[in-house]
Amino acid sequence: MENPVQTDRNPVGISTKNRIRGIGQYGIFIAFILICLVLSVVTPKFLTVSNLTIVVTQVSINALLAFGVTFVIITGGIDLSIGSTVAVTSVVAASFAHPDTYPVVVPILAGLAAGLLLGAFNGLVITKSKVPPFIVTLGTMTIGRGLALILSKGRPVSNLSDSFNFIGGGHLLGIPTPILILIVFFIICSVVLKKTVLGRYMYAVGGNEQAAQASGIQLNKVKMVVYTLCGGLAALAGILLTSRITTGQPNAGVGFELDAIAAAIIGGTSTSGGTGTMTGTLIGALLIGVISNGLDLMNVTSYYQQVVMGIIIIGAVVLDSLNQNKN
Amino acid sequence: MQKVSFRGFRGFDPNSPIMTPDYILTVRGLTKTFSGVKALDQVQLNLRKGEVHALMGENGAGKSTFMKILIGLHTPDSGEIIFEGSELKASDVNEILKKGISMIHQEILIVPELTVAQNIFLGQESNRGFFSWIDEKKLNQKAGILLEQMGVTISPTTPMKYLSVAEMQMVEIAKAISNDAKVIIMDEPTSALSDKEVATLFGIIRDLKKKGVAIIYISHKMDEIFEISDTITVLRDGKYIDTKPAAQLDTPTLIKLMVGREIDSLFPVSVAQKGAEILSVKNLSRAGKFSDITFAVHAGEVLGIAGLMGAGRTEIARAIFGLDPVDSGEIYLRGKQLIIKTPQDAIRSGIGYVSEDRKKLGFIPGMSVKHNMTLASLPNHAKGLFIQDKSETATAAQMIADLRIKTAGADQKVTFLSGGNQQKVVIGKVLLASPDLVILDEPTRGIDVGAKFEIYKLINRLVSDGIAVIMISSELPEILGLSDRILVLSKGKQTALLTKAEATQETIMQYAVH
Repeated sequence: MENPVQTDRNPVGISTKNRIRGIGQYGIFIAFILICLVLSVVTPKFLTVSNLTIVVTQVSINALLAFGVTFVIITGGIDLSIGSTVAVTSVVAASFAHPDTYPVVVPILAGLAAGLLLGAFNGLVITKSKVPPFIVTLGTMTIGRGLALILSKGRPVSNLSDSFNFIGGGHLLGIPTPILILIVFFIICSVVLKKTVLGRYMYAVGGNEQAAQASGIQLNKVKMVVYTLCGGLAALAGILLTSRITTGQPNAGVGFELDAIAAAIIGGTSTSGGTGTMTGTLIGALLIGVISNGLDLMNVTSYYQQVVMGIIIIGAVVLDSLNQNKN
Repeated sequence: MQKVSFRGFRGFDPNSPIMTPDYILTVRGLTKTFSGVKALDQVQLNLRKGEVHALMGENGAGKSTFMKILIGLHTPDSGEIIFEGSELKASDVNEILKKGISMIHQEILIVPELTVAQNIFLGQESNRGFFSWIDEKKLNQKAGILLEQMGVTISPTTPMKYLSVAEMQMVEIAKAISNDAKVIIMDEPTSALSDKEVATLFGIIRDLKKKGVAIIYISHKMDEIFEISDTITVLRDGKYIDTKPAAQLDTPTLIKLMVGREIDSLFPVSVAQKGAEILSVKNLSRAGKFSDITFAVHAGEVLGIAGLMGAGRTEIARAIFGLDPVDSGEIYLRGKQLIIKTPQDAIRSGIGYVSEDRKKLGFIPGMSVKHNMTLASLPNHAKGLFIQDKSETATAAQMIADLRIKTAGADQKVTFLSGGNQQKVVIGKVLLASPDLVILDEPTRGIDVGAKFEIYKLINRLVSDGIAVIMISSELPEILGLSDRILVLSKGKQTALLTKAEATQETIMQYAVH
């Protein structure tokens, strides 16, 4: 550096701060590794290829939802409607997926369209009405659940084609398809966030909306795109789920939005906006999956699992804020 | 207490053995280290009852660390603080408040939804604990008396959010008085006040002095310092430099003490040539804000806009930049009429705006210097959807070197920079969008003398590069020192368009109060 800090407040202080912050970013990763180590010692069944494959497969749906909601939270918003979007998508996709009716792209596209539409609806109302995202998406959550029940007349949509069921239940090169889908979309979402103009604008809008606007960024356009993307990723999760359980379920996805938000937050996305990474969110989702799997293996009942999960969410945020205060 | 007619000085010499001044607060050898760096190094202060003691120093000199120790927000590493004859050891904010040291923060700390009286007595509604009944009527009465004594007409039952910044400040002072404060620290209390409001504030300060309250006054405005303070203590780089009666100092000497070197001339000489007309504004109006504004700016020219608080200066800038709508009037850029609805339209047309409110509109605190600087011109560094990191990094590095931004690197977060360097980042961002016209709104607000000089040099460089500059400033010397022409506003109307030769502080003020 030719131009080092000289008269600025404290050059040494800055580098120490960065060092502390650096550790903070890896904190969740270290915690994840530690928990995996503990689980492999406590239950020998944990560290097996078959078990880990199951864990990642199970995590894939929550992770896809969490990627979408990470975009939204980075811009300073929230999306509570994604669980209902999963249900709508599930019913819509399943209706087009009966054997010998349409080619498999049709249910996929129909499901995606449903999710994108719901997302765009959120974006439209939020940008046009200035009503807080929390309220708008709370409304959409109820609307979506109702739509799913109306479209399916309250009954599961079964009898789906084999090619559709392959999406979430098949294997490619010996790897379950949900894991492959997860990897592909993790890469896409990371690139969008880190390498594109859109990603940069998301951080800017969440970091300081007014300054972003004064820099010529079209807030409404960014928000519109972000909520639509979030809806699209929720649709993807819905299609994956439908294919895995081989039925369109109007009651699917209840509470999924909270798991997704939890994954994002555990992964270091701040609910006040402006910070967050896809890697963090992925680890957050994996952490949730690994812990519930570990507790299953140790025969802990699901009642206790919920308590443990809650403690972990609060713990992660408390650690993060302690770390922030240190800075 | 002695009564004096001239500027505060009471012939007090700290080394004189004859006088035994009644110090209310004595600080000796105060040292505070953050991560191995001394923010304060052996700092001392002697504060007398009933005096206004200015604490001067550039940003980063240690003033705020010092004050934060006094009010118990930080614990010092060593040194002693003697308050009313006994050592102040408490590090609890509340305890220190009760002992009588209050601070009026630069960022006003109020609860907007509560009333004036509720804000004044916040935290001291009752001394009988959490669940005791609040006697609103009594509190309103007490607040009313308090405000009346101060000579301000604010109703105690008005919700705080309806007050002007100046009024909020008065309420904060009332709160300090209600606390029975013996020492009141005021950090840049006038940064958002109009001249008239400053006069009211100074009246209140003089009353407080008569009652024996000591005031530690922090400000970057030299004229104010000399008007109100009795004694001046200077800090530089965390070290105590000197304490002198205000009457024995003048602006150049004080600046020299603060900066540690002489600034030969506060305003660098410009060699820019006036070129073609860049922007012209015709009969621009916005209801309730400004009306019938007409002016033009040329390439290589600085147009200063002067006026009191609320004269409509910032509002005009915001309208030209597309942050606020206009009701009528036309804007032409290089002779072509522009319809500007959003900041994006303005930036595309070649207009850049550096806001008066750096924190709110200037930068994204959690983002790096690099990312902040390219924010307004990111598509220039992108192929399709993707950002070209190399091009972005090179551009940022060039701008950091160009504007001499002091940062640990391009990836340093902007929050960690000093005010002057943050301002340079914002200016860098605006320049990277290659504007033909740059509007600078209070470009040197809240930044220290040394950095101010650098901003002035930068303005001169812009105009010699053929950029047109509109500069809004509340500091008349700045307006006079840099502008080629000066537009004076009063209550939303333009009252004069002066040439450099015609303009003096007096003529500008005359038109500003028109």
